[in-house]
Amino acid sequence: MDLSVLLDPFAALQLPLAEWANDSMRWITSNYRPLFQAIKAPVKEFLDFVEDGLRDSPQSLIVIIFSLFAWQIANRAAGIVAFFGLIAIGLIGAWDPAMTSFAVLLTAVCLSVLIGLPLGILCSRVTIVWAILRPILDFMQTIPSFTYLVPVILLFGIGNVPGVIVTVFFATPPLIRLTNLGLREVRQDLVEAADAFGASPFKRLISVELPLARPTIMTGINQTVMLSLVMSVIASMISVAGLGRLVLVGIGQLDLERATIGGVGIVLLAIIFDRTTQGFGFTRRDRGNRGLWEQGPVGWVRAKLNGSKK
Amino acid sequence: MDKDEAFKRFGCVIGVADASFSVNRGEVFCIMGLSGSGKSTIIRHVNRLIEPTDGQIHVEGRDVMSLNAGDLRDLRARKIGMVFQHMALWPHKTIAANVAFGLEVQKRPLEQRKAAADAALTKVGLAGWGARYPDELSGGMQQRVGLARALAADPDILLMDEPFSALDPLIRNDLQDEFLKLSREVKKTTLFITHDLDEAMKMGNRIAIMKDGRIEQTDRPENIVLRPATDYVARFVSSISTLKYISASEIMTAGKTAGDAAEFGPSTPLPVLLQAFSDGASELAIKDGDATLGIIRASDVLDRIKEDLSRV
Repeated sequence: MDLSVLLDPFAALQLPLAEWANDSMRWITSNYRPLFQAIKAPVKEFLDFVEDGLRDSPQSLIVIIFSLFAWQIANRAAGIVAFFGLIAIGLIGAWDPAMTSFAVLLTAVCLSVLIGLPLGILCSRVTIVWAILRPILDFMQTIPSFTYLVPVILLFGIGNVPGVIVTVFFATPPLIRLTNLGLREVRQDLVEAADAFGASPFKRLISVELPLARPTIMTGINQTVMLSLVMSVIASMISVAGLGRLVLVGIGQLDLERATIGGVGIVLLAIIFDRTTQGFGFTRRDRGNRGLWEQGPVGWVRAKLNGSKK
Repeated sequence: MDKDEAFKRFGCVIGVADASFSVNRGEVFCIMGLSGSGKSTIIRHVNRLIEPTDGQIHVEGRDVMSLNAGDLRDLRARKIGMVFQHMALWPHKTIAANVAFGLEVQKRPLEQRKAAADAALTKVGLAGWGARYPDELSGGMQQRVGLARALAADPDILLMDEPFSALDPLIRNDLQDEFLKLSREVKKTTLFITHDLDEAMKMGNRIAIMKDGRIEQTDRPENIVLRPATDYVARFVSSISTLKYISASEIMTAGKTAGDAAEFGPSTPLPVLLQAFSDGASELAIKDGDATLGIIRASDVLDRIKEDLSRV
């Protein structure tokens, strides 16, 4: 009897982890539900606004606006990619779910940047914050993404808004990491030079450290965008509409048509997003010493206007 | 307590200790020492880029250690310009933006910043390069920009941390000459760090020689060479020829001239004496006013040159 306990201890000894999880979740939901609903509200407002805008506007207007936007932010090639990418999405019959996915993605990425960038900056300034946050980020990134879904359903319910929240949870860690890394990797003598000329910590951050860390931070934002796209399929399991749902239904019903439309739509969306967001990484230097508004369509219009004045 | 003992007992390194000096207005004061001697630390103590654990810093009578963060930034922005060994130009800013950064920090209006940047770039011979980026310039030009950046806010004090060490010898020489010229024009009080004794001798009105965080000797260049205060300094200057620094008083011997010898003052430099001998004199009388101090024969001069050449 005693011997068998020693040999197979786990038959009798068990930590009630499942119970703990259950109890703590029940406690959180019964006490803090209003808080989570309050978090949900502004996200829902923003998401609805973007989604309504995208779905109610004429399709051709959206194609033109987004192509011009990509051209303005990045370059002409990105504009051409956006133009043909959006047309392709429309032609394969994925327009409406793509606009929904677009809205979810845009909302999730905005929220991720809003949370991730300041946290990354804070981590690079205050080492103790980084020491605390680092294991949490490790945990967030190693835990299988499906696991997020259960607590999110319990706290926020199902639908597009919980979908945004679970996406933010999944996609923000790399941005925090890379922002912190980028800022810590800035050449120390360049930081010291800013100090030597009397720059305040804020001035130093804005005009020396952030610009120098920009490539690394942009890699982080790019990662966030790509992970958000990955999450769009997984999040469709908690009833998020859009391209991901097409793929999910396709898997469930072995429906190759829908799975193909959803999958190709996501890839096209990813390409458009990737090319356009790369533009944020360009410096004035990359643009040949031209400001953002001196290039692309706006620059062209401005040049015309100036020309007619003279 | 010396460096090794401190390291053994406390596990820390003495950066700078017992190193007191004062720099006169308008003077170029060189601090010379090998790597690890604490010279880069000491220059960063002046504007508290490195916070000293103890000691006092005074700039024009103001106690720098007692300044709060805001006043310290103000001092750095208005009073002190700094030049770095590896230029430390911001690669994402244009040359003009680099140069005008100190004024930008002071929130001066844009036109004023532009004008000051242009003026500073003109001073260092880089007029018209403002719209370029640092990596489009050669090393020597980059360090000119570094100098322009330090001069742009018209500070009274220049801190130069091995400014020319990373440059090719010829370019270094040019920049040294130009800085000396500029220095005479703008009359900035300059603290100049170098590990190169020749550079220290050339640039400094006075030189402090550092070893292990302490100052071994502070003196005028010729005294460092001719009258080293410690063995360390003596070893250091042993590779430098004294001939450039000696004068008649260091060569003369006691005695009287036999006949009608040419007369020179005691501070006459060696080349003038050599000229006198090659013009046919056999001995020279060294006089201070009417008093005869001594004589110099051609053999005295030759002995002195031989002695100098045979030094290690």
